[in-house]
Amino acid sequence: MSATKVKFSPVIGLEIHIQLNTKSKAYSTDATTYGAAPNTQVSPVSLGHPGTLPMFNEMAVKSAVKLGVACHSNIRERNEFARKNYFYADMPKGYQITQHHTPICYGGFIAIKDADGNEKKIGITRIHMEEDSGKSIHDIDPFHTLIDLNRAGVPLLEMVSEPDFRNGVEAYNYLSEVRKLVRYLDISDGNMEEGSMRCDVNVSVRPEGREKFGTKVEVKNMNSFRNVQRAIDFEIKRQVALIESGGEVQQETMNFDAAKGETVLMRSKEDAHDYRYFNEPDLQPVIVTEDYVENVKNNMPPLPSALVEKYVNELKLSEYDAAVLTENKQMAWYFEELISHTKNYKSAANWMMGAIKSYLNERAVDIENFTVKPAKIAACIQLVDDGKISNTIAAQNVFPKLVEYPDTEPLQIAQENNWIQESNQDALLEIVQQALAKYPAKVEEYKAGKKGLLGLFMGEVMKLSRGKADPKVATQLLTEELSK
Amino acid sequence: MNFPSLVAIRQAISEGQTTCLDLVNFHLNEINKQENLNVFLEVFGEEAQERAKSIDEKIKSNSAGKLAGLVIAIKDNICYKGHNVSASSKILENFESLFSSTAVERLLAEDAIIIGRTNCDEFAMGSSNENSAYGSVKNPINPNKTPGGSSGGSAAAVAANLCQVALGSDTGGSIRQPAAFTGTVGLKPTYGRVSRHGLIAYASSFDIIGPIAKSVSDAAIVLEVMSGGDNYDSTCTKREVPAYSALLNSTKTKRIGYLKDALENPGMDPEVVTLFQAKIDKLKAQGYTVEPIEFPYLDFLVPIYYLLTTAEASSNLARFDGIHSGFRSKNAQDLESTYKLSRTEGFGLEVQRRIMLGTFVLSSGFYDAYFAKAQKARRFVRDKTLSFFHDYDMLLSPTSPHTAFDLNLDYQDPTVLYLEDIFTVQANIAGIPAISVPMGIHSNGLPTGIQIMANRFEEAEMLAFSEVLMNI
Repeated sequence: MSATKVKFSPVIGLEIHIQLNTKSKAYSTDATTYGAAPNTQVSPVSLGHPGTLPMFNEMAVKSAVKLGVACHSNIRERNEFARKNYFYADMPKGYQITQHHTPICYGGFIAIKDADGNEKKIGITRIHMEEDSGKSIHDIDPFHTLIDLNRAGVPLLEMVSEPDFRNGVEAYNYLSEVRKLVRYLDISDGNMEEGSMRCDVNVSVRPEGREKFGTKVEVKNMNSFRNVQRAIDFEIKRQVALIESGGEVQQETMNFDAAKGETVLMRSKEDAHDYRYFNEPDLQPVIVTEDYVENVKNNMPPLPSALVEKYVNELKLSEYDAAVLTENKQMAWYFEELISHTKNYKSAANWMMGAIKSYLNERAVDIENFTVKPAKIAACIQLVDDGKISNTIAAQNVFPKLVEYPDTEPLQIAQENNWIQESNQDALLEIVQQALAKYPAKVEEYKAGKKGLLGLFMGEVMKLSRGKADPKVATQLLTEELSK
Repeated sequence: MNFPSLVAIRQAISEGQTTCLDLVNFHLNEINKQENLNVFLEVFGEEAQERAKSIDEKIKSNSAGKLAGLVIAIKDNICYKGHNVSASSKILENFESLFSSTAVERLLAEDAIIIGRTNCDEFAMGSSNENSAYGSVKNPINPNKTPGGSSGGSAAAVAANLCQVALGSDTGGSIRQPAAFTGTVGLKPTYGRVSRHGLIAYASSFDIIGPIAKSVSDAAIVLEVMSGGDNYDSTCTKREVPAYSALLNSTKTKRIGYLKDALENPGMDPEVVTLFQAKIDKLKAQGYTVEPIEFPYLDFLVPIYYLLTTAEASSNLARFDGIHSGFRSKNAQDLESTYKLSRTEGFGLEVQRRIMLGTFVLSSGFYDAYFAKAQKARRFVRDKTLSFFHDYDMLLSPTSPHTAFDLNLDYQDPTVLYLEDIFTVQANIAGIPAISVPMGIHSNGLPTGIQIMANRFEEAEMLAFSEVLMNI
């Protein structure tokens, strides 16, 4: 038998940059609209002109506190700012204003699902406030790099996790969770493709059972959750293979090449910057009082985790339903409004995940732009519960009309189209008798014991009533008539 | 036409003896005549004349502001919208500011006339005004001498009557030392009293704008107009601004301390000590309590100052990178050479020296030994300095150990000049206000200055006492 192969376990940490959706920049009053013409959302402050000083944007603090509360973090009272000094073509001041020793949030966790679908808590090391840089554009002018400073000074939160991930799937699930959170909190678009959420990962591997971490490699420039997952899984394999072949992992920064699915060396440790951090003398420390935190907390929207708990425990929905309903904020908001109009939660959930979702998917419409108000859906549910229409009629006939005429009442639609079920016993009895009269021979066969013929009679009842017969009542009447 | 103060100017205007336009024309003529002093980097002649005319109209219609009749020069590190500002550096040659500093905005709103921008040490780094990319300034009292620095041009402008008041900036004595060397009044306000918005930063936690004037009352009224909270500068206090110019006639000051150790410093000119002693004797004779105080930390002041100011400067000056605004080397080939060549060609030697020093003291491995330690020492000196004001209303010292020195001295050791700041840096380290007023003429014919330091935001009392001290 050959020597047992050493097993390696990976240690992974994530650093996420969250671009805040504040109307103005972190330290100036410039606007922050995405996609504006280059260098139009700038001022002497964000251009770093001599004589300018940063002005603090309170909205950035509010956003940070919201996220911190959502992650169960501690919120720091006295927040100092620091300068991180390095030269970069799209960073006009030659330094970035950030937080160094005093991140506004520290500690806390985000609960995610691991690769097996079990809950796992990912620790949060810190969340701090900083500013974005501009953009260097290399592919427009063949001889020059062009610089767009619209983004320079846009506020960011940097969220650093504990090295709690063991594989790419966990990182993927964590990113989805973070995106969901920032959208629920309405602090960021959370859009990785547009760069409003960016992620760097630190990956190392160590022999199973060893406490000491291996040398870590940082991977940058992944523009989707999927690529983060791929980069991590690639990097784990690369490092394990390297060690197994007798090599040693170097402390490096890598780029992820999405086309090849590989990480590629960007710079080695020797090129690491010395950022010469020191306290930003141009900004006073920002004091975040307990009252302030309390006030933010009290005005926060319900978070997805709280909604899931409510749906499962109070509304008795399945975990699957709860997860789907809270997948995005708008969906959850719609559902919340819907259940304020109806107590039939199961039915409400079915509507959301059935008729509504498939309509939205088919038309590629966001639920924010869905014209049918939750109250109308609740009215449909009520019609079904009252036995006035069947579920099928509601979903397949009334709903399409409602989409077409969102201001009409579902009852009116059903009436005008003659879809109200016949549950009037006298009228229905007449139809039942008519139906049975059509098949005297079959009636005899039934009476002789061929009970399966009930379906035939039922079909006839439905035909004669043009689908409006309440199936329950009709069945009851049929059996009564046949036993006479 | 040499008016001691704005009060005298307003009197003359109201008596029909002069007008704003006359004043501007007079100063323009003087600027022209004394061009050899190299005081102004740019004169805003026509513009000043136009403004003078309109302010003369306002005076006639009784709608003129507090500073109508005041002709002001601004140091070339203070931004004035639509005008060039260079901090006397090649790296900002032909750079036009897109906005006005808050100080300038407020002066203009009270109808001051800005006549031009004055030469200074590059990025306000220096004590002799010789670190200017546009040549040194000559002292109007004796053209072989320096006017001091870094606000040398501003002090010389006032001393030579090229304007009535000039704005300077003071990071370690840059207003007070040139005022002492030129026989003028130089006021450094409490840190945060005047907005730094529009002041090109040298060392952000030390810098402050202040006036250089012929009289305490002019310094007072200009301070009064410039001071007060500003949304563009979060370090600027929103504390109420007293009417300094109306509070000059009464002083509550009784107890005065002076730094004994300072006078015993071997670098002191004995005659300066004698002049200082004479002032103390006169104060005593007038019934003031004047006592020597122990402050055995003088030797720490200059190192604290240079470690911290250069660190901040190394960061503040990073924005001059040849890419965004200002000078770019013609020899730049790529990103790295753009940085290196633009900064090497654009910055003068003293500025480069301070950037290097500041970068060094912030570097990992050296940060704790230098920057962090200097910050601790700064807090210690500040606390110690502030504690003196439990027992004393004012602290006195000479402004400089000697009178204006020769231009073009050949220094083997650049740190020799750093000792120039020994008396002045304490106020910047502690963030307190200080003023230099004339102390008397040295036998070499040059003026000397006496410095008064007061507790934070005690400018009103400090100004009132300066008036007493000047005339004693």
